[in-house]
Amino acid sequence: MSSTQNVAVSAPVSDGTRSRPSRAQGRRSALRWCFIAPAVGYMLAFFGYPLVRNVVMSFQHYTPSTFFDGRAPFNGLANWRAVFSNPLFTDSLWHTLVFTLGSLLGQFTLGLALAVFFSRRFRLSGVVRAVLLLPWLVPMVVSAVVWRKLLDPATGVLNTLLMDVHLIGSPLPWLSSPNAALASAVLVNIWIGIPFNMVILYGGLQEIPTDLHEAAALDGAGVWRTFRSVTFPLLRPVVTVVLVLGFMSTLKILDLILALTNGGPADSTQTLGTVSYQLSFLQLDFGQGAVVGNVLILISAVFAVLYLRANRADFGPER
Amino acid sequence: MTAVSRTRRNRPADNRPRWNGNTIAALAILIVLLFPLYWMVNIALQSDRSLAGTTWLPTAPTWAHFSTALSTEGGSLLTSLTVALGAVVVCLALAAPAAYGLAQFKLRGTRVVVFGTLITQMVPGIVIANALYGAYVDLHLVNSYLGLIFADASLGLPFSIVLLRAFMVSIPAEVVEASLVDGANRFVAFVRIVLPMSRNALITAGLFTFLFSWSDFMFALTLNTTDNVKPITVGIYEFVGAHVSDWGAVMATAVMAAVPAAVLLVMAQKYVAAGITGGSIK
Repeated sequence: MSSTQNVAVSAPVSDGTRSRPSRAQGRRSALRWCFIAPAVGYMLAFFGYPLVRNVVMSFQHYTPSTFFDGRAPFNGLANWRAVFSNPLFTDSLWHTLVFTLGSLLGQFTLGLALAVFFSRRFRLSGVVRAVLLLPWLVPMVVSAVVWRKLLDPATGVLNTLLMDVHLIGSPLPWLSSPNAALASAVLVNIWIGIPFNMVILYGGLQEIPTDLHEAAALDGAGVWRTFRSVTFPLLRPVVTVVLVLGFMSTLKILDLILALTNGGPADSTQTLGTVSYQLSFLQLDFGQGAVVGNVLILISAVFAVLYLRANRADFGPER
Repeated sequence: MTAVSRTRRNRPADNRPRWNGNTIAALAILIVLLFPLYWMVNIALQSDRSLAGTTWLPTAPTWAHFSTALSTEGGSLLTSLTVALGAVVVCLALAAPAAYGLAQFKLRGTRVVVFGTLITQMVPGIVIANALYGAYVDLHLVNSYLGLIFADASLGLPFSIVLLRAFMVSIPAEVVEASLVDGANRFVAFVRIVLPMSRNALITAGLFTFLFSWSDFMFALTLNTTDNVKPITVGIYEFVGAHVSDWGAVMATAVMAAVPAAVLLVMAQKYVAAGITGGSIK
């Protein structure tokens, strides 16, 4: 995929000064940077600047009047202390981890099972696989609203269904009980994430030569054994990418929870994302919101290292 | 990308896969997983008369909810469309030349830029919104189309650069060199030769950027304080807050907000599959 660097050279044709960059070469390289510079500038403004700015903001005292009078004096560690001593922060950290890990576990397991299933040859396999992507492509807010109705204790179809088949005796309070709401949010997010996991893992499975499976079968390995000893190890790089990408995108989910439960009931579904949003944009304390945002970045960064390792092969033509 | 094209199996026609238990199982999986979306359409099509009992099939479909939804949320749909198209233009205008430069120029620093592009995926949206809001206030971009378009373009840019670059490394340099010899400058060559050759990758990147922007909720929510610029995602969010009793209209709005995803899936299936695998693995 990235082993095509040999085509990239438009080698110095006319000048013989190969080793020492001439003025013409410098000009050419400057012209070439014109292709890249706008995108780099944009990314610095929309990703780099916010990263730096959030760190600075976390040491500033923002009030509702800050955006009128422009005053946000530095206040040392006050924001950090306030956030860390807020029980909601600890709760939301815990909720974030449960939500992220629970979602990943479900999405990945079911996505892998479906990927393996669809690797078999049968009629309509391709069409069904494509249509299954729909839950992932629909805006998250839409999914959240739809599930809010499905999980409605009184009029939701899920309770009706479960009661009709006598799996439950009385309606379950999916989103209305503090004990169940987070689990329900995980359930919804698993539903959203299955297609993404399925498609990437399916792609990975197709790269594994079928003769390996046949060889394993000849050696007397059963289906499960073949999967565990042959398929899964070969799939590992793809698995890493799926899990790390999944982790980073699940960690920062905000829209699903805001539209599904708005953090409630009784703050039982508050995550770092929703807490940061509420601190900044509802209480207008952007300093404390930035603290929570920084914690989110920190957690993300640990996993970004994993991601970059998984992508090591593709950093570019140099080296 | 290769993963997808390689699975397009060219088997002889007489050896087509058969209907069997697997097909039945696949359809069962499909029914279970798509049931929530079916239910959305089902509720949207049924009248409110029987509040407790929505029937399994919309036997007497009504468009009433859709006309309610359209009259209250029609403007938001247009806003979403405008913003998403704007974001696609901004994103591709930035991503295409950059991807080409990163794929072909062998500049010092390429590695750093590609590294940086990959790493942006870990920056949470709320962190961006948090800092951007202050900057937007200073720049008078709050409550503006332009502001939201630029913010939404960030959702698709890293993805597009990665995807386009993966494609553009395979364009033979000789093709461009030949036109440079004919006197075209590098930029003209890029527009006349590289862009047409990258058509499919550009479509994929554009479609996904459109979908990312259309689905955007966070920037729409945080960078707008009035109803001046209100995309459909925020429209639904407020709708649910205000009219929880009117589920029919809410679901009709939801259906309309989901339409682009469905259209995309039907019209551009191969681009979608290529985008998911290409953008994340490459």
